[in-house]
Amino acid sequence: MTYSPLTPGEREAMLAAIGVQKIEDLFQDVPARYRFPELRLPAALTEMEAAAEISELASGNETVRDLISFLGAGAYHHYIPAAVDHILRRGEFYTAYTPYQPEISQGTLQAIFEYQSILCALTGMEVSNASHYDGATAVAESVNLAYAQFRGKRTKVVLSPTVHPQYRATLRTYVQGMGLTLAGDTAETLAGDEFSPNQIEPLIDDNTALVIVQYPDFFGRIYDYTALIEAAHAKGALVCVAANPIALALLKTPGEMGADIVVGEGQPLGIPLSFGGPYLGFFTTRKQYVHKMAGRLVGETVDNRGQRAYVLTLTAREQHIKRERATSNICSNQGLMALASAVYVALLGKTGLRQVAELCYHKAHYAAAQLTQIPGFTYCFDTPFFHEFALCCPRPAAEINAHLLEHGILGGYDLGQDYPALKDHLLIAVTEMNTKEEIDALVNVLSEVSHD
Amino acid sequence: MTEERTPRVVEPTLFEISSPGRTGVTFPDPDVPRTSLPESLLRADLPLPELAEVDVIRHYMHLSRFNYSVDGGFYPLGSCTMKYNPKINEDMARLPGFAFTHPLQPIETVQGNLVLMYTLQEWLKEISGFAAVSLQPAAGAHGELTGVLMMRAYHQARGDHKRVKMLIPDSAHGTNPASSAMSGMTVVQIPSDSRGNVDLAALKAACDDTVVGLMLTNPNTLGLFDEHVEEVIKIVHDCGGLVYGDGANLNALLGIVRPGDLGFDVMHFNLHKTFSTPHGGGGPGSGPVGAAAHLADFLPTPLVGIVEEGDEEEPPLYGFIEPKQTIGRVKAFHGHFGMLVRAFTYIAMHGPEGLRQVSENAVLNANYLLARLRHTYPIPYDRICMHEFVAEGKVEGSDVRALDIAKRLMDYDFHPPTNYFPLIVHEALMIEPTETESKQTLDAFADALIKIAEEARTNPALLHEAPHKTPFGRMDEVKAARDLVLCCWLPEG
Repeated sequence: MTYSPLTPGEREAMLAAIGVQKIEDLFQDVPARYRFPELRLPAALTEMEAAAEISELASGNETVRDLISFLGAGAYHHYIPAAVDHILRRGEFYTAYTPYQPEISQGTLQAIFEYQSILCALTGMEVSNASHYDGATAVAESVNLAYAQFRGKRTKVVLSPTVHPQYRATLRTYVQGMGLTLAGDTAETLAGDEFSPNQIEPLIDDNTALVIVQYPDFFGRIYDYTALIEAAHAKGALVCVAANPIALALLKTPGEMGADIVVGEGQPLGIPLSFGGPYLGFFTTRKQYVHKMAGRLVGETVDNRGQRAYVLTLTAREQHIKRERATSNICSNQGLMALASAVYVALLGKTGLRQVAELCYHKAHYAAAQLTQIPGFTYCFDTPFFHEFALCCPRPAAEINAHLLEHGILGGYDLGQDYPALKDHLLIAVTEMNTKEEIDALVNVLSEVSHD
Repeated sequence: MTEERTPRVVEPTLFEISSPGRTGVTFPDPDVPRTSLPESLLRADLPLPELAEVDVIRHYMHLSRFNYSVDGGFYPLGSCTMKYNPKINEDMARLPGFAFTHPLQPIETVQGNLVLMYTLQEWLKEISGFAAVSLQPAAGAHGELTGVLMMRAYHQARGDHKRVKMLIPDSAHGTNPASSAMSGMTVVQIPSDSRGNVDLAALKAACDDTVVGLMLTNPNTLGLFDEHVEEVIKIVHDCGGLVYGDGANLNALLGIVRPGDLGFDVMHFNLHKTFSTPHGGGGPGSGPVGAAAHLADFLPTPLVGIVEEGDEEEPPLYGFIEPKQTIGRVKAFHGHFGMLVRAFTYIAMHGPEGLRQVSENAVLNANYLLARLRHTYPIPYDRICMHEFVAEGKVEGSDVRALDIAKRLMDYDFHPPTNYFPLIVHEALMIEPTETESKQTLDAFADALIKIAEEARTNPALLHEAPHKTPFGRMDEVKAARDLVLCCWLPEG
C-alpha cells in the first residue's frame, strides 16, 4: 500500500519525459554497494488489518478510564469537551504547514494570535510565543533568554528543588555546552526532607542570570513568590515561574508577583494524556524581553487591501534567518496543541475555567481531609495546595501503589524516585474527573493498609 | 481599488465576539463539601472571552477557510515534505487505549504502548541502518540538538576536550548552525562545489583535531545526493570527527540506501515529514534520533527495552531503560507518543516494498517536474535530483522575483514552493512535490508556472501585486514589527 496515485502507465510516461529508461536510473548517485537494501520489515497491512492490529495494541493498556487515577505529577486527566477535537480534525488546520505564506494562512495565524492573548491573560504577562515542545523544554528555553539578556556575563542559574524533576533533568541536558552553573537542586539538597522555595534565596547572587521556581510547585503547594522575586531583582537576576495553567484560572498570577518569564505545561488545557505527548510548552514574558525570546511570534498588521491581518513577526530572531546567532534552534513547535488549548479555553471561558479550577481544589481538599483521618497518613506540609498534595504514608509509597493497583486504583506519584528521603511520600492529584465515590474508594483501600 | 473589489473577510477575534455571561461548557456542582479558598492567593479577575459553543465552532470554521492545506491542494514546500496525511493515522492515535494512558503509569499497565514504541524503534533502526533509536526528541531541530550533544559527549568521554568546531555545509538548514551554537560550538561553514556537492578541498582544509564533526544533509537542500558522500564521511572520520545526518530529506531514501550503511554516526528522523504525521500548522513534529553502535550509549534517556525476557507462556515485559552514558533527558516523559502511533501505522501499512515505492515516486515526481520546468526557469545545479530540486525564480526580460512568482501561484490555487532557501541559490524556488501527488496535479502546477513566466514578460504588474484571488493580499510586515501588537488583550498597567 502507498498513498501515491501514480499508475504504472503514468510512471512509464513520466520516466520517458525525464529521459531515463527505468526508475533505478534516477538513483545512480547512490553508492552501488549500498543501493536498494532489503528492509526486514513486516509485509504491508491493509487499512482494515492495520486498524485491527493497532487496536489490539491499544487494548493491551489499562487506561485512566479503566482504573481510578490519582496520578498527576505534570500530566493531568481533565475533561475535554467534544468540540475541541472537532476543530482539531479540520484538515485546514492539521494538514497546513507553519504559516510562512500569510495570504493563505490567516486561519492559523489568527488562531495563534488569540492563543498568545489567552496565555497572556492567564499568566498576567505581556507577550507569549507560539509555543514550545512541552513544559520541560519551555523551562530550558527560559535559560536561553536570560543568558542572552546578560550576554553570557552572568553564568549562574538558581533552580528550586521543587521544580518538576524531569524539567530539571531536561534543563541540565540543554545547558551542557553553555558553561553555566546550576545551583539549588544538588544531590545534597534533594537528599533532605524539608523543601521550601525560600531556601534558594541565599544562593541568588550578582552572577545569577535566572531563578526558576514552580507554581504550584511539584508538591502541589501554592507560594506567593513576590518576596523571592523582589530579592532576585535586587541582585539583578531574572525570575522564571513554571506554572500550571488551570491553577492560574484561580490563583494570583505570576505576572502580579513580578515574574519576568512565565512558562509551563499546557497539557491540562484540553490536550489528551496520550502517554506523555504531544503536549504544549507555553512561554510568556514581558515586552522588554521580546527580542531575546525564542520561538515564533504572531503580530497584527494590515494587508494591501487595508484588511486587519496577522503575520509571523520579529523573525530575525529565528534560526532560518540568523542561523548560529539565533535565540534558539526551535523550528517546528506545537501549533496544533496550541490550537487545542485555545479552543478549550474559548469553550470554557472565564466561568468554565474557573469552575474546573475550583472543582479540582475542592475535590483535592476533600481527598486530603479524608485521607489524613486514616491513622498513619498525614499531609506532609503545612502549606496551602491546589489540586495535588504530598501524603506521608506509614509504608513505602511503592508498596502502597502496588496494593492500590490490585484494587484498580492508580495511586499517586512515588516521590522517593526523585527525593530519596521521601520514599514514604505519595503525590496525590485530584481533578474534576475524580468523583466522590472514587476518592472514598481510595480512602477505603488505604484504611485497610493502615490496619494490615 | 482592490478594496472596492474584494469584500471584507476579517473575522473578529474571540475577545471581540465575547458576551458576558455566556459559556460553552458547564461542569457539575461539586459532589464533595467545599473548602474555603485561600483568599490572599486568589486572582482578582480572569479576563477571558465568554462564548457559546456555536460561537466557538463558527469562529474556527471561519478561520479554517482562510488556510491552505494539504487536504485542500498541492503544497510543494521544499524540505518540508508536505505529503498527504492518511486519515487512519488520526483514528489510531485517538484510540482511547492510547489517548487515556498517563505517562507515569506502572509499565505493567501500558504494555501496548511500550510494544508499539519498541517495535517502532526496531523498524526505524532497520530503515536507517543504525544500532539504536531514541523516540524522545520532539521535532527535527530537537533531534539535532540531541545528536549534537551526543557527539560532544562522545568526545568528552574519550577525554578529547579540544573539539569545538562543527562543520556545516552552506546548503544546510538554519537549524543546524543554531543547534551547534546552543551546544557551545563554533560553526565553520563549508562551501559547495559546482555540482552542488560538499567541496572536498575545503572540507579537507577545515578538518583537524578540533573538529567535533560535520552536519550533513543528504540529499542536500538542493535536492542532490552528494556524489562523494562516502569520501566526505571518510575525511571527517579520519580527523577523528563524527558525521551527523540531518534526516529532513529521508523521504528520498526509504529502501534506497540506509544512512547507517553509508557511515553516518547519528541522525534524526522527521516523522512529520517522512512518515506522514501531519504538520499541524507548525507542529507537533517528532524527531527520533538513530545512532551507530559507538554512539548508542549516549542516546537520551529513556529508551524502550525488554526488562524481563519472556518464555513460552509469557510475553516479555517491556519497560524503560537508561543508556549507560546518556546525555540525559531532552524533554519530559517519553516523546510525542501520539505522533509515534501515526508513524507506526504508516510503516505497518507500507511494508518494505511500499516504503521503497514512496521514495521512488517522490524522486520520480520531482524529476518529472524538473523536466517540465527546465526550459522555463534556470536550474543552477541541473542534474538528476532526488525528492526535490531548486529553480531560480527569474524570467528573462522581466524584473519579477521569486517572491512575485510564489505569490502569483496562489492565484492558481497552489501553495508556493519554499523561496529564498537554500541561501546559495539567488531567488531560489525549492520544489518538493512528494509521492502523494498525481501526474495531473504535477502537470497543472507546471502549466501554471509556465503561464506565470509568460505573464512575467507581458504583464509584470500582475505578479508584483499578486496574489489577487486569495482572501488576503500582501502583508505590511514592517508595520507588524514596528507596532508589535502581539495580543488582542493586554494586562492593565
